[in-house]
Amino acid sequence: MAEKRKFTIPIGPQHPALKEPASFSVALKGEKILGVEIKLGYNHRGLEKACESRTFIQDIYLIERICGICSHSHSTCFIQAVEEIASLQIPARASYIRTLVGELERIHSHLLWLGVAGHEIGFDTLLMYSWRDREVVMDVLAELTGNRVNYGINTIGGVRRDITEEQVKTIAAAIDILEERTKYYVEVAQQETTIIKRLSGVGLLSHDDALRLGAVGPTARASSIPRDVRKDDPYAAYAELDFKVITDDHNDIYGRTVVRLLELMESYKIIRQVLAKLPAGDICVKAPRKIPAGEALSRYEAPRGEDMHYVKANGTEKPDRVKVRAPTLANTQSVKTMLKDRNLADMPIVIAAIDPCFSCTDRMTQVADLNNGSTQVWDWERLRLQGIEWYRKRGVDFTALNNKLKQRL
Amino acid sequence: MSAEEKIKQELLAKFKSLTDDKIRIQRARRIFADVALEDFFSVLDYLVKEQKFNQLSAVTGMDEMDKITLIYHLAQETGIVFNLKVSLARLNPVMKTIIAYFPSGEIYEREIVDLLGVKFEGLPEGRRYPLPDDWPAGQHPLLKDWDPSILDKK
Repeated sequence: MAEKRKFTIPIGPQHPALKEPASFSVALKGEKILGVEIKLGYNHRGLEKACESRTFIQDIYLIERICGICSHSHSTCFIQAVEEIASLQIPARASYIRTLVGELERIHSHLLWLGVAGHEIGFDTLLMYSWRDREVVMDVLAELTGNRVNYGINTIGGVRRDITEEQVKTIAAAIDILEERTKYYVEVAQQETTIIKRLSGVGLLSHDDALRLGAVGPTARASSIPRDVRKDDPYAAYAELDFKVITDDHNDIYGRTVVRLLELMESYKIIRQVLAKLPAGDICVKAPRKIPAGEALSRYEAPRGEDMHYVKANGTEKPDRVKVRAPTLANTQSVKTMLKDRNLADMPIVIAAIDPCFSCTDRMTQVADLNNGSTQVWDWERLRLQGIEWYRKRGVDFTALNNKLKQRL
Repeated sequence: MSAEEKIKQELLAKFKSLTDDKIRIQRARRIFADVALEDFFSVLDYLVKEQKFNQLSAVTGMDEMDKITLIYHLAQETGIVFNLKVSLARLNPVMKTIIAYFPSGEIYEREIVDLLGVKFEGLPEGRRYPLPDDWPAGQHPLLKDWDPSILDKK
């Protein structure tokens, strides 16, 4: 047989295996990947430039929309820099609420990732399970902030909404359910052969490579690097809370799965402490409209790793420069190493394993009645009920299962 | 003496060209320092090898009208971030790449190439980031005097 030829195939920017636009130029020999060239920037919307022509307050809302998942991460990271420049000391209650929303966001992001990872390896039951459970935390976020994503809770000097005693109880109840479910996923990850076999040894990133390439977040922690901004460079209320930095020495996607699952357990621990210790008092201090000249660098442990914002103010109400470095950018170098000499079939899960960002913000659907031409807007609950009803009529009924689950909890 | 103050004193002792006003400890875990272009690599080498700043968080580039300033955000495991600032001429700004120290610097440098027009000597050929391949040459959107109306012309 003739010797295998080297091929270069383009994947992306639009491709069924990728959930967000990125273009990979993959050099292949047979099924083996010789090298990967990555082209990013399809989502670049010029937000840093746009920030310079808007006020600090407007920028909070713009920056919150950098990402559909880590929206609170970005707005908190930005606002911490602004508060440092303006020498504002935010009330303790505000920093606890920021921590609370931050951890709820991490839970929603990690559960979302678990589903995506399940989907990429053809284990769609895991996707269905984890995304159903994720709805629990989405509902909590919607109740606390009025939104499933882009919470709008931050403002310069504190937070915009307080939480009530009743909401504290709702959150505590939701955390109990989520903890129970996460324990189950940890069990699945430890025992389910499909997961262990498919993820072990795939997407290898050695400890030294992870250090050299500047990996962040769960990607770094699964290569035994105890790097976590919440511990190393504490912000909000993290200095007063007790939690562990989860690391793992598998150096592969299996390790990254374990790290994220155990991090969920730490998040529940953090939230319980926040609810127990929540200080009384104001939620906001008055902030000046014009921010004095100065500069600050702020770091935040987003679900995907270290988020970094640099802000320079010039004494006006608009910033002179806002620089954002999201965690995915720091992890792209590692992807090249993870893919080298691997099989092409591993590519989707390897890319998904760094958890690149994509948004999920749909919550209203317009339903048009084709018979009479009228339209109605359905909210999420209405759509959900419609879905349940539609399947129930066709003999797919989960009521008994749901009741069983409720009893177990 | 705090860890931040210790780093500052050791830097001052090591580099005679650095003066007290060039190194600023803004708060716990945040150091800002201005260095001259000719001292940049010896200071960077010292920070990475002797002071163990082994993570490059990012490189920020900004247009300060009379100059282009680059800030290298270097992090230590202790949580201390050293913001190493260096200024370049606004006309034809040129800097040397730091990928020998931090391979992850490549993407940050490419971003500055596109958005501010800084040339990085030693940066290998590669796909541009983040602007599209058909972006007009010589247009760098983060320059303060950049005129976005150029994009409207067909």
